[in-house]
Amino acid sequence: MEKWQSLFDGFGFNLLIFFGTIIAAVPLGLVITFCTMSRFKPLSYLSKLFVWIIRGTPLMLQLFVFLYGPGLLLGIPMKSRLTAAFIAFIINYAAYFSEIYRGGIESISKGQYEAGQVLGLTKRQVFSKIVLFQVIKRIVPPMGNEIITLVKDTSLVRIIGVAEIIMSAERFSKQGFIWPLFSTGLFFLAMCGLLTLLFNYIEKKLNYYHT
Amino acid sequence: MAILEVKNICKSFGDTEVLNGVNFSMEKSEIIAVIGSSGSGKTTLLRCINFLETATEGEIWVDGECIFDAKDKRKITAEEMRKRQLNFGLVFQSFNLFPQYSVLENVTLAPKLMAKERPDYKTHKKEIFAEIEENAKELLDRVGLSDKLGSYPCELSGGQQQRVSIARALALNPKILFFDEPTSALDPEITNEILKVIKDLAKKQITMIIVTHEIEFARSVADRIIFMNEGVVLEDGTPDEVINNPKNERTKAFLSKML
Repeated sequence: MEKWQSLFDGFGFNLLIFFGTIIAAVPLGLVITFCTMSRFKPLSYLSKLFVWIIRGTPLMLQLFVFLYGPGLLLGIPMKSRLTAAFIAFIINYAAYFSEIYRGGIESISKGQYEAGQVLGLTKRQVFSKIVLFQVIKRIVPPMGNEIITLVKDTSLVRIIGVAEIIMSAERFSKQGFIWPLFSTGLFFLAMCGLLTLLFNYIEKKLNYYHT
Repeated sequence: MAILEVKNICKSFGDTEVLNGVNFSMEKSEIIAVIGSSGSGKTTLLRCINFLETATEGEIWVDGECIFDAKDKRKITAEEMRKRQLNFGLVFQSFNLFPQYSVLENVTLAPKLMAKERPDYKTHKKEIFAEIEENAKELLDRVGLSDKLGSYPCELSGGQQQRVSIARALALNPKILFFDEPTSALDPEITNEILKVIKDLAKKQITMIIVTHEIEFARSVADRIIFMNEGVVLEDGTPDEVINNPKNERTKAFLSKML
């Protein structure tokens, strides 16, 4: 019983990272998208460089960078491992989300913008009243995919010593109990199952029209 | 006074010159059909007048007011731009309805957003919206879609979608309504459905410029026909002058293929 309790406690960290990343990376990704799509070239190049670096290096390595980097480079040691984990996850996932958003925005036909313009809508109104909803409908499937990946990626934080579920279970395997380690799969399966149901529901809700 | 004056409009994309100095003017309640082969610049002309492209040279005047001058490089405010834009309404070849909105919402979206700027918006929102919806329903009734108010564009035929987009353009009361090949994306059978709607608008004295490939339709509905070729107006006259007695060999050759 005490072993299950320890698994639940560990999974609490996974959920914490998961929800924290979703809450911060979803809007941050949009900011990055706007930078990437900006007509101000230096900003756009900088943003593309950033996305390339983040997507081109392992998240595991980024965890180390955000844990040790501040101390080594800036002389301000990272006090909390959890904070380093949050920063790495938020930045990493925001970069991936930004590319999904960009694909969604670019897939909307020019005609939709033009129709809005000739009807006298401002650029902002065209985006918020016409384009945004269509983008959301298009990005739900790839976002679902990415978010399910995030659930499982949260276990990477053990590499910098955050006691998430797999790290908790490993302690028991050293004592000769292997089943807690395998049981961790159930937690991930349950969480991904719930998310799959949620995303199916959203997709269905948005399916009242097709293009 | 002319409601619209187009003076020496030129447009090039890179090295390709599409419009080489287009000139014409029109009176209120007049209906002009613009004909010409593909690549003659008809659609580009329409897009330049409607601010979807920026002409490289020339001026556009509406009701004696200059709303576009290629020489004037000053930045105009978004608000001013929108005011100029709203002189015109445009019906696209590919409809461009908003798929997530119902038929009625497609027509009311822009007027409702516009109403936000009225000083009495906050106090009379309900009445203003009711009025906008009433007007939209009337327009949709006029194009024969009063039984489709709650439908979504994807549930409609091409002809029905195009009729919604006509109602949507009319909802803002433009001074001039433009049609960019409104029947080119439709079956020949459905084409008549749209042409009937346009003829009905003609009876209501709506000022229109229609880019079309339907010569017979142009002849029957237009007061004037403009024939464009290689980016210039080659003929400009009554249907009888342009279609029955064209002055240019190029016009004759075009018409012999079309009729």
